[in-house]
Amino acid sequence: MSSTETKNETATEEIAAEIKGKLIPIYIMGHKYEVPETLTIMKAMEYAGYKFIRGCGCRDGKCGACSTVYRKPGDYHIYNALACQTQVEPEMYLTQIPFYPANRAIYNYEELTPVPEEIFKLYPELFRCVACNACTKICPKDIPVMDVVSYLKQGNITKAAELSFDCIQCGLCASRCMGELPQYHIFQLARRIYGGKIAPKAKHLAEAVIVIKDGKYDEMLHELMNTDEKELRKIYEERELEPEITGEDWRPKDRKFLLEVES
Amino acid sequence: MAYTEELKNLIKVVEKTRPERVETKRMGGGFPPMSLEERADILKYHPDFKEEGRREIKIGPSKGYRIPNEMVDLLEARSRVDPDAIDLSQIDYETDVLIIGGGGAGTAAALLAQEHGAKVIIANKLRHGDSNTIMAEGGIQAASKLEKDSPAYHYLDTIGGGHFKNDPELLFTLVTEAPDVIQWLEDLGTMLYKFPDGRLETLPLAGFCRKRGHTAGDTTGMEIMRTIRDEARNRPDDITVLEFSPAVELILNEQGHCAGVVLYNMETEEYFIAKAKAVIMATGGCGRLHIQGFMTTNHYGATADGLVLCYRVGVGLRFLHTVQYHPTGIIFPEQIEGALVTEKFRGAGANVVNIDGEQFVYEREPRDVESSAIIRECMERGKGVPTPIGRLGVWLDSPMIDILLGEGTVKRQFPGKVNQFERYGIDISKEPMLIYPTLHYQNGGLEYKFSGETSVPGLFVAGEVGGGVHGENRLFGNSLLDVLVFGRIAGTNAATYAQEKAKEGKLTLEHVKAYHKQLEEAGIVTDRVAPMLLPDYTDPKVRERQLTAHYVGTLR
Repeated sequence: MSSTETKNETATEEIAAEIKGKLIPIYIMGHKYEVPETLTIMKAMEYAGYKFIRGCGCRDGKCGACSTVYRKPGDYHIYNALACQTQVEPEMYLTQIPFYPANRAIYNYEELTPVPEEIFKLYPELFRCVACNACTKICPKDIPVMDVVSYLKQGNITKAAELSFDCIQCGLCASRCMGELPQYHIFQLARRIYGGKIAPKAKHLAEAVIVIKDGKYDEMLHELMNTDEKELRKIYEERELEPEITGEDWRPKDRKFLLEVES
Repeated sequence: MAYTEELKNLIKVVEKTRPERVETKRMGGGFPPMSLEERADILKYHPDFKEEGRREIKIGPSKGYRIPNEMVDLLEARSRVDPDAIDLSQIDYETDVLIIGGGGAGTAAALLAQEHGAKVIIANKLRHGDSNTIMAEGGIQAASKLEKDSPAYHYLDTIGGGHFKNDPELLFTLVTEAPDVIQWLEDLGTMLYKFPDGRLETLPLAGFCRKRGHTAGDTTGMEIMRTIRDEARNRPDDITVLEFSPAVELILNEQGHCAGVVLYNMETEEYFIAKAKAVIMATGGCGRLHIQGFMTTNHYGATADGLVLCYRVGVGLRFLHTVQYHPTGIIFPEQIEGALVTEKFRGAGANVVNIDGEQFVYEREPRDVESSAIIRECMERGKGVPTPIGRLGVWLDSPMIDILLGEGTVKRQFPGKVNQFERYGIDISKEPMLIYPTLHYQNGGLEYKFSGETSVPGLFVAGEVGGGVHGENRLFGNSLLDVLVFGRIAGTNAATYAQEKAKEGKLTLEHVKAYHKQLEEAGIVTDRVAPMLLPDYTDPKVRERQLTAHYVGTLR
């Protein structure tokens, strides 16, 4: 086929060498390397010859394995990055922080009650926060980390759970904390308390579990399992599709594979 | 890197056709879905149908099966260790249930095995939780709204998507366990999206006849993973977690039962013997093999290790002749190329359009069909959108979503993706995304039963490494479900097996020697070793300078 196809299908841009572009100097833990300016920090490190064991995970900004801090020349700020999501800049001085020790409390989730005191008891260091806001500044997911700590101190678990939802548990907040808080572990606890003990339970789900466990659909399913492919194709093609833009009150006209359970 | 002037001009074409497409969508119209015949026809553009992309395996339990070259390369490779050099009398770890891989399946298995009285070790190649599970964006399927849905519809949708080839027993298990898994997640404190009264939000997704996709924003997998991982960390007396310690070989005993693994500490480069009464293989997928050179959405560790290990002890393979290419991978900006754009964008109303701003495919076709249509549009019909470095993609018209469902919907439903594009100066609630299919999922894998058992006593399988439940093509939201359903089952049954059926016996690696012999007999002369453990992205120029003569460590 066309030559364009070949181009798309060898598109493993992971192979950094394929990428052309102007070379710029960066400093990986102090050592200078010339790398193409279009690369992410992660691909630039691979280009330079690093082979990751730590410091590399999903390569998609979702997992928190590749936390990186860096400085720029003539600038006292410390900047943060996920190495897989951030493009290199000339003269940046960088290091990865693939691991940072943080205290994690062990608890019995079943026995927890949805009150803030549970969190205070497990993580008394919460009150060591000095509101310096270094955690918020370093967060690569732009979570208002210090605000979440404040909400927890005020006992607002719901707000803390919502605001910390994007946390990827990279640990950069803990690395900067003057009060030595393990913010990301505390927030995980808050989210689990919210998700399992504050948010209202799904009634329809509990009902579905009982009915299905009870084997009410087994006969119907066994019938499908024993239907030949030709007939199965027909049933498949004829099944009614729920329209995209509908509310929760939509009901199908064809009730062939439904039982009369209305919630 | 924001859109270039050229791309901005092309976006104007999309904007021009948008009002009419939005109006059509509102009226419930749009590009019609394909019939089964049309689907079959377009699949010839799918990479699976490229004969030169695969070859027969020459040895082993599935000898003669034609699967992608990159997989055969790993199966026709030698062990990383010399079986004669390993002292199996020196046991470093001992446990009831040993789990290889601590992603969604492995961690779910660990929790259930522990609840059934087992001591558990999870051996992770990278960190605990590093997996394709954390990368899953959109959702998890379950028929939880029985007034309009049922496990039977879930069954039908899934088997239709899988080309009617799915294993019926596995599929029965998947759909009937599904609501239970959602409730388990709810009880563990997972923040699933809900209406104020607690009713679960469910989205319409590709290939499904009902809105059945439960979500936690567009980071559903991460929310699930971090919740169950947190719970595993609450049970340190019974669940031991080893990190950066992949399994490189399974150990059998003289009864032929699986009885442990050889672990490799990648940082200290030491090998350790772990003895167990039962082993669960939960190593996930293979995206980092970059089959046919495709970019991938997969985790750094997705190198098909479990396939290799289990194949050597005699577990067969199925459905590996099909590989899933997710229709919507990012192709611009190139820094984040290959990354996934969840189907939920299409479920929420975004059209897929070509360089002329025209729709050319219904946006909720199954993944293989949708991918094939995109490949045809770019490669055959010449209607692709060129990127600055000369690749081709098509538009995913995300701004339609805010127009259809209200301002702010994109930001609320897709915070992760909004954030990812924002870094490059692209606002996906106002500008469309440029996409192309990306290697996403290993549809098939190891043969296993609905109990999680394999043909080798004491060896269980869970999650993406197994094959059968998805047939030839997995549908959206069935993978998170798969890992949790079969992870829980494998954990439960492995614990019971460890207590009731496991037999003591002398440990052996004879199967590795036998495998090496088979390689030689088949005339396969190679210096390849497997499992791969990690992909190699070193610049070839750097590699030329890596001249160490006898390095026998982790990676070179």
